Formats: sequence, C-alpha cells, structure tokens
Amino acid sequence: MAETSKHAVLHLANIRKSYGSGEIASEILHGINLHLQRGEFAALIGPSGSGKSTLLNLIGLLDRPTAGQLRIDDEDTGQLDDTGLTRLRGQRIGFVFQHHHLIPAFTAEENVAMPMLIAQGHPNAAMFERSRLLLDQVGLSERKHHLANQLSGGQQQRVAIARALVMNPSLVLADEPTGNLDTHSADEVFKLLRAVNRQQHTTFLIVTHDPRLAARCDRIIELVDGRIIADRAHPAE
Amino acid sequence: MKSWQPFEWIAAVRFLREGRMQSLLIVIGVGVGVAVIVFMSALLSGLQANLIKRTLSSQAHISLLPPEEIARPQQATEHTALHLQKQAQRLRTIDQWQTLRTRLESWPEIAAVSPVASGPAFAVRGDANKAVTLVGIEPDRYNRVITLAERLTAGQLRVGAGEAVIGIELAKDLGAEVGDKLRLTTADGRSDTLIVTGLFDLGNKGVNARNVYIGLRTAQSLLDLVGGVSSIDLALHDLDLAENIARRINSETGLTADSWIKTNAQFVTALTSQRVSSNVIRFFIALSVAFGIASVLVVSVIQRSKEIGILRAMGATQTQMRRIFLLQGGIVGFFGSLLGSLLAWSFLMLWQLLARNADGSPMFVIGVEPALVAIAATGASLVGILAALLPARRAAKLDPVVAIRG
Repeated sequence: MAETSKHAVLHLANIRKSYGSGEIASEILHGINLHLQRGEFAALIGPSGSGKSTLLNLIGLLDRPTAGQLRIDDEDTGQLDDTGLTRLRGQRIGFVFQHHHLIPAFTAEENVAMPMLIAQGHPNAAMFERSRLLLDQVGLSERKHHLANQLSGGQQQRVAIARALVMNPSLVLADEPTGNLDTHSADEVFKLLRAVNRQQHTTFLIVTHDPRLAARCDRIIELVDGRIIADRAHPAE
Repeated sequence: MKSWQPFEWIAAVRFLREGRMQSLLIVIGVGVGVAVIVFMSALLSGLQANLIKRTLSSQAHISLLPPEEIARPQQATEHTALHLQKQAQRLRTIDQWQTLRTRLESWPEIAAVSPVASGPAFAVRGDANKAVTLVGIEPDRYNRVITLAERLTAGQLRVGAGEAVIGIELAKDLGAEVGDKLRLTTADGRSDTLIVTGLFDLGNKGVNARNVYIGLRTAQSLLDLVGGVSSIDLALHDLDLAENIARRINSETGLTADSWIKTNAQFVTALTSQRVSSNVIRFFIALSVAFGIASVLVVSVIQRSKEIGILRAMGATQTQMRRIFLLQGGIVGFFGSLLGSLLAWSFLMLWQLLARNADGSPMFVIGVEPALVAIAATGASLVGILAALLPARRAAKLDPVVAIRG
C-alpha cells in the first residue's frame, strides 16, 4: 500500500489536530500520513480516545486540521472556505453514521435523494428515479414512501447507505455502521457495503470497534494515541 | 415535492409540519397579535373618520376671507415715537370673487366652491329676540361644502327671496316652526321678514342656535354688501391637504385662507396624539410577536441540531441552513397574519353588533379593508423573517461535528 498514485482518493500528509490553544492546548492527532486508492475497503480501528472520530471528521471535511495537508481527489482542501468545503463534502463524500441519522420529516425515498436536492436546489424526476434505483439495490423499494421512523433500525441503516451513495461519491465514511444493529442486520448491512464496493469500486473507510468486522476488510489501519501504529493489508475473505 | 419549490422551502415547510403543536401555537400567537393590531387600526381609523366627519359637518374645509386691514403709519422715521392702534375689521367683500370662484373651481384638488355673504343680525319673533349669524348662500353650491340638505329635520332647503332655513335650537328659542314668519334686523337698521322653510340640525348646538341660512342676494342687501361676498367656502377631495392648499391660495391671492386643520388645531393635535399612541402600542405588540416567533425558532434550532448537522454533512451550506429558518419565520408570520385578519374581522362584526347608538343604528361604520389585510400579511411575514434572523444564524453557525454527535 506504499504506492501513492496521483489518482489517490484520499491523501493525508502529516495531519495534526489539537484543541484549545496556548498552555491548555492538547494535540489529539500527531502527524497522520494516510492514502486511500480508488476501490479500497479499509477499516480504521483503535481504542476509545485514540482519535478515530477526530480523524474521520477531518477526512469528512466536517472539521479542519491544525496542520498538514488533506487532499480529496487531488484537491487541496486547505485552500477552501466553508462553502467550498461543504460543496466538496456534498459531492465527493458519503456518510453512514452509527445512529442512522435520517431526517424524520421525510420519506425513505426523499431522504436518499436529499444530497442531490441540496446540491441542485430544486427537486426533479431524475433524482427520485436514482433514489428508487438505490432503494431497490438495498432491498427497500417497497418502503420508499415510509417516513424514516416507520422503518426498523436495519432498514434505516440501509436507507442511510443508499443516501451515502446517491451522489456517486469518491469516498464513503462509515462510523460504526453496524454498531447499533442486531447480528443478523449487522451482517446484512456489512454485506451490502461490501457488494457496493465490489460492484462500483467505491472507496470505503469504516470505523469500527468490532475486530470480526475489521477482519472482513481488505486493509486494517490501527490508530493508538493519535498515531497510526499499524497499517496492514488483509487477505480478502 | 413540486419541482418549482427550492430545497430550503421544502425543508422549512416539512419542519413546520412535523413540529405540529409548536407551529400551531406560534401561528395562533402571531394571529392574536395581528388581530389586535388590525382591529385597533380599523377601529381607530373608523373612529377618527367619524370624528372628523362630525366636526366638519358644520365647517368648510377651507374658508377664504378678505385680507386683514392693517393700519399703516403715514410717516415713520427713526426719530418719531410711534404707537399703532389696531384697526377694527369692517365687513368687507372679497375683490373679484366671481373670477376667483371660477379659477378655484378649475383646481383638481378642490371639490366645491361656495361664496357666502355672512354677518351679524337679530332674529325677532314676538317677544323673543336672538343674536344670529346671517349666512347668505347659493344652496346648490353650499350643499356641496356642507351637506345641509341631509341635515334638515323639517321642511326643505329653500332660500329664495323671503325664505330662511334655521337651526332647531333657534327654532326652539323663538318658538318657530316651518311656515312661521321671522323678522331679521341688522345693526344698522336694515330689516326683512322671512318665512321659515326648513329646520336643520348640524350636530353642533352653537351652530343650531346661531346660523340663519338665507339667499345670497337677501343677505347681500341686509348686510349692505351688494354684489359682494364676505367669504368663500371650499370643500376638498383630500382633507389632509387642507393646510397646504390653504397656504397655496394665500400666496396666490393674498386672501386669508383658514383650513379646518388650523381652525381646529387642538382637535387635530388630539387626533395626532391618538394615532401616535396607537402606533406605539402596535409597535410593542409587533415586538412581542417577533420575540414569540424568535423563541420558538431558537428552541426548534436546538431540537433539530442533529438534523441540521446531517444536512450540513450532506452538503447543505450555511446559507441554505440560514434560509430554511428565515423561511420558517416568514411562513409563521404569514399564516399568523391570515388567522389574525380573520379574527379581527370577527371582532369588528361583533363590535358593529354591540356598539350601537340609542336609536339602534351602528355607532359608526368600520370594516377591514383588503389593503389592511395585505399590509398585515406583508408586515407579519417581514417581522417573522426578522425574528428568525438570530435563530437562523445559530442554525447556520452550528458546528456539524458537535451537532451530529448530538
């Protein structure tokens, strides 16, 4: 994984993040270097407090690093203002959160179409067509008119995955995507992520506590105390 | 979702619909505020229009009088001690009044022009003897300035030779009725006997006791003003312009022009301060409505912080988030104003039903004008948007990382 192709989806160079300033400043991340190529399916593991969430927020452009370079699809994000970061995030990055995070006032179909609606400003038939196609892929075409809270936890997570894919993102960030699900639903959700990765070569970075889940990924990145202490390729299952 | 609706609008409407109870309560709150404002405005303008109408029932909008006669010293040098005695004002005629009448009638602001020959006299009938004001008029013209014909309680408005119309108070004092004779005598001894053809009630006791309407020619000969008039009364289309037009006439003709605004300065001041105090009340109601909207939206921003975070993560910009909450404020204001206008209309109907004169006729007629509803709707929507500024800013500035973590 040492090769740094110029078509890297994600390129982190010496990323540092600290909170506070002056004497009370505390550094959470101490110079992270990381590259993700197109089509990779990687797990980010590490104990609580190791900086996983902080790193994920930086990669997801929800937060800015204190120092270092962060490139998404070869675009340097340090030069962008808030609106620029937001646009890039909307177009290139899909999020799957632990707690599903659908918007309850909207139906499954509308939730999936939401990133397109936000980007284009007005609804149109094409975005709902795409939304229905993705719901079909995650096996929820019959539930498309249900409101978010009328769906089970596993179903909500599948809707969230469809939503994360709707913009054809370069990178999908999943934060404990199966953390809140029973074993059966968790397995289904994982298989779905894996299938999307295989079929569409979408890059995935999955944060997890679950060693069995990590073991099913192609690459395992281990973060301890704000440093990457291990980064190993893992034979595909 | 309709394709013409922008994302921000769709989200604003969905958020309001989802927070059903909260939205309903604040719309009702805005509605009550708007209802009070609309009701107060309608009541006040109805009341004031009625007061002005009553005040002007026996007054012209503008009265033109000959310029004051001023005593000028024949010699005045720095070294002479000078004491000028003010001159007594004679009853005089307005120069060239026919020409002036024609000229004023061509002004678009002026609705009617009525020349009047007016002066003091005594009305005598049997043993009764009353000081009166003779008012010589051309009835058709005069009626367009002061609606005398409508105010008759008996007889008709007929002031030909030997005919007079008197007020109900004077009629009572003299014990006269329609058809009775009346002797009018002026200070210099001219006198005439006239038949009472009508009795009027202009709603003002002084005027009812004093004014005796007679033909212009009769008045001219009784007052020794042959061919002349002592004043010209004007009616305007727009009452509020009276002072401006009076000044313009004064500067163009040199005549003294008294507008009703100047003649009733205290009354006008009272009306103005009434309007000012109602504006103050309206302002504070609008302010409390704004705070109501703002507090509901602030709570809504906190309740929805997770959703705001998700929308931000999915690419919604700060501007988009701000607009969603500004729109919610505007929508709440708009629907509140519709509800408020409906409430105000019901209040007014009830008021018309309850507030009646002794004879059962409505005290005065008021209604909700469509323009007032339109102003209320626009105003309330704007107030809603203004009230949403702070909550919308909070929503936009929310850190998505913190918001999502919840």
